[in-house]
Amino acid sequence: MRAVDAVMECLKAEGVDVVFGLPGGANIPTYDALYDAGIRHVLVRHEAGGGHAAQGYAKATGKVGVCFATSGPGATNVVTPIVDAMMDSCPTVFITGQVGTHLLGTDGFQETDVIGITMPAVKHSFMIQHPTEVPRAIHEAFHLARTGRPGPVVVDIPVDLSRADIDYEPVTDVRLPGYQPTTEGNAKQIRQAAKALASARRPVLYVGGGVINANASEELRELAASDRFPVTCTLMALGAFPAPHEQWLGMPGMHGTRTANYAMDEADLICCIGARFDDRVTGKLSEFAPRAKFIHIDIDPAEISKNVPAHIPIVGDAKKVLAKLTAEYRALETDATRLDAWWQRIRDWQSKHPLRFDDTEGTEIRPQRVIQALYEATGGEGIVATDIGQHQMWTAQHFHFSRPRTWLQSGGLGTMGFGLPAAMGAKVGKPDELVVCVTGDGSIQMNMQELSTCATEGIDVKTVILNNGYLGMVRQWQELFWEKRYSHVDLRPDTAPWPDFVKLAEAHGATGIRLEDKTTLVDDLKAAFATPGPVMVDVRVTREENVYPMIAPGAAARDMVG
Amino acid sequence: MALVGDPGTKELLSLEELEASGSLRTGRKHVLSILVEDKPGVLTRIAGLFARRGFNIDTLTVGPTDDDRISRITLTLDGALHPIDQVTKQLHKLINVLKIRDLEPAETVARELAMFKVAVDGQQRAEVLQICEIFRGKVVDVGKRSLIMEITGTTDKIDAFDRMVRPFGLVEMMRTGEIAISRGRAET
Ligand SMILES: Cc1ncc(C[n+]2csc(CCOP(=O)(O)OP(=O)(O)O)c2C)c(N)n1
Repeated sequence: MRAVDAVMECLKAEGVDVVFGLPGGANIPTYDALYDAGIRHVLVRHEAGGGHAAQGYAKATGKVGVCFATSGPGATNVVTPIVDAMMDSCPTVFITGQVGTHLLGTDGFQETDVIGITMPAVKHSFMIQHPTEVPRAIHEAFHLARTGRPGPVVVDIPVDLSRADIDYEPVTDVRLPGYQPTTEGNAKQIRQAAKALASARRPVLYVGGGVINANASEELRELAASDRFPVTCTLMALGAFPAPHEQWLGMPGMHGTRTANYAMDEADLICCIGARFDDRVTGKLSEFAPRAKFIHIDIDPAEISKNVPAHIPIVGDAKKVLAKLTAEYRALETDATRLDAWWQRIRDWQSKHPLRFDDTEGTEIRPQRVIQALYEATGGEGIVATDIGQHQMWTAQHFHFSRPRTWLQSGGLGTMGFGLPAAMGAKVGKPDELVVCVTGDGSIQMNMQELSTCATEGIDVKTVILNNGYLGMVRQWQELFWEKRYSHVDLRPDTAPWPDFVKLAEAHGATGIRLEDKTTLVDDLKAAFATPGPVMVDVRVTREENVYPMIAPGAAARDMVG
Repeated sequence: MALVGDPGTKELLSLEELEASGSLRTGRKHVLSILVEDKPGVLTRIAGLFARRGFNIDTLTVGPTDDDRISRITLTLDGALHPIDQVTKQLHKLINVLKIRDLEPAETVARELAMFKVAVDGQQRAEVLQICEIFRGKVVDVGKRSLIMEITGTTDKIDAFDRMVRPFGLVEMMRTGEIAISRGRAET
């Protein structure tokens, strides 16, 4: 069979049921093989949409997301999703077409060194040099994408090799001698960690996206239940621990809660599980958690002591390590009353500094109110994807996520344009869930062509635009740190609706709805969600609202403002 | 009720222990001997990793091993500039990297090859030749007004030779960077 037919066999063997992509000259053979392969294909309108859709699919389902792109511009269009997937450890496989081997290195039409361009941003990549390498490369790509610390893998196939005949034999074993992730976690270190938790007076469990990747939410809850450990989840991990829980502190970091940040600041022990001490969490690193010792649990040894030296490093799979840690902890003789003073302090912060906003006056709709209404309208159920900006932070703050894989983010790269395609991918993977994209009027314009994909493919995604007419988050920074010099952030200077999102939705074959009454938001949202097919809801919100509280960039956590 | 451990830090590693485990900067030179699969792009991946992470390579040599599927990279860097465990852990993440050893100087034989082209006139020639002999260098080219010498040895020895011949008029000099092998019977 042709190498591309083998690609389809391999995809089926890997359990792939959907591929996102867009064809071109260099991958026509791949699409020819796809024609009768029996795998669903979602034809996106821009390859970036395809890449983000694959990410959304992966994040919502835990399976590997797959995206096809042709050579040259097709491949460069997926560079952003590839980098995004790398930053967020998102299991994805990108299969790109390449010019024929006789043209390689000649600057041939649509030739791009995709392997070279993506090398700094992939978990691994395969440049196919002989058609017989194809089946093994595909299986190795899936193995690498989903195991250890997950990530994006690129397979680049020159067009002539892709149609060459090979003797296909199913690959049943993957041998990668240079790749042996440690999953078990050192027993001695785990025991030490349990003892450290048992003697801590002011402990905090600091949870990152690794817990979601490892499907370890259950184990996390068990550990938290073994004592009254306070829990905080990074942006990437919201939903890993139920936000309504009484041990929940809120999110840490730049726009986290004061309670979470103050708790980290005063902690004597921070148990970090699958997080990486991102600068958006730590603020000024030298003043981050100055009194704390650190337990650091991560599947990636290179994360440990990268930003913050770990006193007890544990390399392993969060699911396995947490289960053992809980067992070790439960076997110890501990005194839960030692945490009384700590909880008193935490409750004190919580009552003094709740997340609040005031919208009693006027008819303007506050963006925070929209998120509260969204939470009410959905009952906290469903999957929410957002883009980047203020709307994202308000959603993180005011939508209280209870389940893992229901909150989809471009956390590490912060890619505007992620939201809608990610929601689309999630809906394909989880057709029975309500999937909502919360976005800004800036971000939605970066990949809104995917509304066409949703309409034509019958992908029922609901989009809510917090329309402030600004590149809001940048405007906020200009207001706070650049003396209100609003340089090029105004998207509707004449306050006219620009663009008219209702008409745009309709032009794409979706339903467009504008909401203007703050008193009926919940019901209006419910009605919008009950409308079949893709729906885009435009809500004009207070133009110059800021996200608070905030740690100014480079400042210390205890110096939160707002 | 008796608590396990005390609220202090006894069970936790001290920062000295962290330092010993390589988590903080060691301050000394390190020789990393890295076995890699002989696959396209491996060197680019390694060089790219160093560039991206801001790690500074002092020397780098690549050559075949007795197994033609595997190459060896010998890489030296300054432990005062980088936490060496971060460097090795990041390298380990590359799928084609099979094995990394951070060679202990005392347990290691390391050599570098260098060639020096020196401008010599008249009686200086004899002096340079004499220095070359003392350093057990080899003359590989003799011109009317120049000499090319080849010398192998430790980095220190080559530095010393450099200091001796440079004043005569160094035209150019080339060094390979170190290769290193561990002493004793065990494999490097
Ligand atoms: C692709 C991309 N370009 C630029 C930025 C920088 N950026 C971060 S937030 C933001 C403003 C986003 O505006 P909007 O989507 O309207 O959301 P809002 O902040 O108003 O809620 C910008 C431009 C980015 N994150 N991604």
